[in-house]
Amino acid sequence: MTTVANGEADSALAVPADRGTCPFAPPPAYEQAHRAGPINRVSLWDGSPCWLLTGHRQARFVLGDRRFSADARVPGFPFLSPGRRELLDRTTPTFIRLDDPEHSRQRRLLTGDFIIKRVEAMRPQIQQIVDEALDRMVAHGGPADLVREYALPVPSLVICLLLGVPYADHGFFQAQSQTLLSLNSSLAEVDAAQHALNSYLVELAGRKQREPDESVLGRLVAKGEVTLEEAAAMGVLLLVAGHETTANMTALGTLALLQNPEQAERLRADPSLIKGAVEELLRYLTIVHLGIPRVALEDVDLDGTLIRAGDGVLCMASTANWDEEVFTGGDRLDVTRDARRHLAFGFGIHQCLGQPLARAELQIALQTLLERLPELRLAVPFEDLRYRSDMLVYGVHELPVTW
Amino acid sequence: MHVTIDQDRCCGAGQCVLTAPTVFDQGDDDGLVRLRTDRPEPAVQSDVRLAAALCPGGAITVHDSNT
Repeated sequence: MTTVANGEADSALAVPADRGTCPFAPPPAYEQAHRAGPINRVSLWDGSPCWLLTGHRQARFVLGDRRFSADARVPGFPFLSPGRRELLDRTTPTFIRLDDPEHSRQRRLLTGDFIIKRVEAMRPQIQQIVDEALDRMVAHGGPADLVREYALPVPSLVICLLLGVPYADHGFFQAQSQTLLSLNSSLAEVDAAQHALNSYLVELAGRKQREPDESVLGRLVAKGEVTLEEAAAMGVLLLVAGHETTANMTALGTLALLQNPEQAERLRADPSLIKGAVEELLRYLTIVHLGIPRVALEDVDLDGTLIRAGDGVLCMASTANWDEEVFTGGDRLDVTRDARRHLAFGFGIHQCLGQPLARAELQIALQTLLERLPELRLAVPFEDLRYRSDMLVYGVHELPVTW
Repeated sequence: MHVTIDQDRCCGAGQCVLTAPTVFDQGDDDGLVRLRTDRPEPAVQSDVRLAAALCPGGAITVHDSNT
């Protein structure tokens, strides 16, 4: 394979690329391209050319540089699918898809809710949610689908806690968010669920305006800087950003530990390794796997390659997180590695806002699972598992386990 | 070592507090970076360097000249 750096797309590289035979590894075609060079030219689904950055240093540079925009309305922005482009016309962009200063204005309405102190204070409640979900799964008996019984309900209930959804509404909230995120939902069902959640959150925000509390939604409306509709939209954003990602990391992270039993044993033997282990799993698995899209606002020299204003760029966090220049033996899972330089949460001003919460959830969910179920194992052959290869958030569809 | 911060560049990701908690803090309400000290002890200086490298907004600057 040759890497073409002068504007022509390398025909062997497609987006998204085939994941190959190892479900944990980045697409082999990207790894191969990376060996020839970290700056590649690819064609998107609609034939439009785009830069594909596979190296850690190059991806980090672009994500951290404000000359690259995250605003999908800027001409040249690389869309990952027709559906993503369509979404642009139907929705008002939230801060994920805005540049500063509007991005900062919106994001800063929420930064106070995700500070380390607040998240640390939530740990006992997260532990309770995790324990109860595991109790239910165990009471039900194995084999069980870990995705449905554990990985999905835990973050959904944590978001209920975060937004201040009353206990009586948890069932409704979980059912709607499940429909919103399920592959098996039709477009009409997704629309209906989105509408139901939105109306619910507008009403909930209104209630919190009358009876303020310390939840994210309560604090947001108390600030008086957003309408109830905007507060509800941010609630849906937090749900979408925080539910599917954490759920898939929990299930795929469990699978990676089951397939690397010596690593699981190390974690069981020394629970103090869990924080580093979660960073390593985030690095190793990079579930936001289709690349982080940006568009250049002006001409930028990237290691001698000219990225022109209006060029689309995809930063591949997955290959960056396996980049040998930063992570020696990066194709191996090693829970004792210092993996903190990973780009699994992105980089730059858009880096995941909820990362302290995601870390706490993953640390608690994985550690509790390992401790409580020492005999945990797959209930089907590894080869039979199916993966979310073509979905925005990668993971495993079902994870049948027994114990 | 001398550390300075630029709150305008802070995006509240919390990497600095995770990496060097004795040097960095976050405002309770705005979630933005605060300094507990601008002269970190030698024992935590490598953590401070890592925090500066991990800061997604480039809000932390480490000055070495007048240690």
